[in-house]
Amino acid sequence: MKIKESMNHISVIFKRELKGYFSVPVAYLFLIFFLLLLGFFTFNVSRFFESGHAGLEGFFQWHPWVFLALIPAVAMRLWAEERRMGTIELILTFPVSLFDIILGKFLAAWAFIGIALLLTFPMPLTAMYLGSPDVGAMLGGYLGSFLMAGAFLSVGIMTSAMTQNQAVSFILAIGVNFFFVLAGHAPVTAAISGWAPVWFVDMVSGLSFTAHFMSLARGVLDLRDILYYISVIFFMLLANSVILQNRRAA
Amino acid sequence: MIEAIDLTRDFGPNRAVDGISFSIKKGEILGFLGPNGAGKSTTMRMIMGYISPTRGSASIGGHDVASDPVAARKKTGYLPENAPVYPDMTVFDYLDFCAGIRGFKGAEKTGKIGGAIEKCFLGQVTHQTISTLSKGFKQRVCFAQSILHDPEYLIMDEPTDGLDPNQKHEVRMMIREMSQKKAMIISTHILDEVEALCTRAIIISNGRIVADETPENLKKMASNHGAVRILFDETADPGAALSCIKKTPGVKWARQTGFKVGEIEIEARPDDPSAPIEGNITASLAANDQTPKSVVIQQGRLDDLFRELTT
Repeated sequence: MKIKESMNHISVIFKRELKGYFSVPVAYLFLIFFLLLLGFFTFNVSRFFESGHAGLEGFFQWHPWVFLALIPAVAMRLWAEERRMGTIELILTFPVSLFDIILGKFLAAWAFIGIALLLTFPMPLTAMYLGSPDVGAMLGGYLGSFLMAGAFLSVGIMTSAMTQNQAVSFILAIGVNFFFVLAGHAPVTAAISGWAPVWFVDMVSGLSFTAHFMSLARGVLDLRDILYYISVIFFMLLANSVILQNRRAA
Repeated sequence: MIEAIDLTRDFGPNRAVDGISFSIKKGEILGFLGPNGAGKSTTMRMIMGYISPTRGSASIGGHDVASDPVAARKKTGYLPENAPVYPDMTVFDYLDFCAGIRGFKGAEKTGKIGGAIEKCFLGQVTHQTISTLSKGFKQRVCFAQSILHDPEYLIMDEPTDGLDPNQKHEVRMMIREMSQKKAMIISTHILDEVEALCTRAIIISNGRIVADETPENLKKMASNHGAVRILFDETADPGAALSCIKKTPGVKWARQTGFKVGEIEIEARPDDPSAPIEGNITASLAANDQTPKSVVIQQGRLDDLFRELTT
């Protein structure tokens, strides 16, 4: 009964939010920029056609960077907007548990980004037309990209709860996400390996959004990579609920 | 029953609400009065669990708001201050969302939405986007949301704020119509509203309850309750009249108050507000050949008491 009620709450909030995306021009701008940016990097920087290789590595490798710039723009309004309009008082006094509200909002934003990812369908179609790419790797790439988008988004929704200023929320989200993107890169690991113990260096590089994604995009379906993203998302959403709880007392 | 026990709330070093306790039963409409910043909204927010109290607790229908907020809110309708709504939704979609959250489905949901639209006179704007509506309509849209599920308890923060006199009247009619079966808290700083609607009024000032009475009793608490106002023609001799009134038995003091052209006005206060002095004054003026234009007993006004208690 409780679970059924929860599911109903999540789905009602999910539907309102998702519908809300398409009633404002920001959503369409996002879709356009997302596709343009990915297209530009894939064709003009990675030289998809000239590479002579029918795979999507040159396409997926840019996903973390495009997400880094664009997902905070989707996430920044999730709580900040409610606070600005005052509707946060309405939604937080509905007979709904706080986590259900957070989950409904998060899933709607995630689904929106899922739609954006689906709209890149000409990429795999082109690759399949031009050659015989590894379909498993392509599917793994899409799964990884979607999971990674969820992780980016969960950071953004959390920073959105911290402030009513959307710009502050945007910058905070980029900052935190930037850390997660860079964590696995050589310059970062080199910078800390000089003084930190090995287990710490491993832990930091293990936190990288990119490393887990790239292994999925190679077609290696490792449950640990999937669990990693799920736990980042869960942790961030939990942090989000703690932040909102604390605001009640502050 | 809505119960508040020792609700206290600090914002930084400031104590916004300080030890507010009360309880109201079904059939009661509690008017929550106080100047801006007295702590009305903060108290209501604590009762709804939107902010947590520094000390004390609140419960609705026996459910503690802190430990079981969902059960408490299920039975309650809440109209927050400034009536927040989602501007990019239509009136229908907004109410549909609120009804969905409250667990209504299918025909029952449609029925509840229809009922709320009818009660709040929203028929002509049902499919309009909320951002295009006037303040009065937005207020009623949010009002509709609060009564949609026919809750046992209603908490409304300034429900008639921003409405024109006709709309105010309509909203008051709606509130009165619902009042028999519900327990309600209404905050306002419009004193007529309290007289017109409430069975009980609490005045708060600087976060504390300074009066908790029926509106009638509150009026009796006003210091000018039982005072008498005597009007004379400008030809009368104010000095003589004043000294005559002052000597009348039962009169505590009297003074000239009005300075209108063509009129002399004297106010007299009784020793004991429950013992009328009007008869004595008329008699003593007549005995001294003074003929007043009129002698009026003051009822004591909520405005006056409000000012006396909150400044």
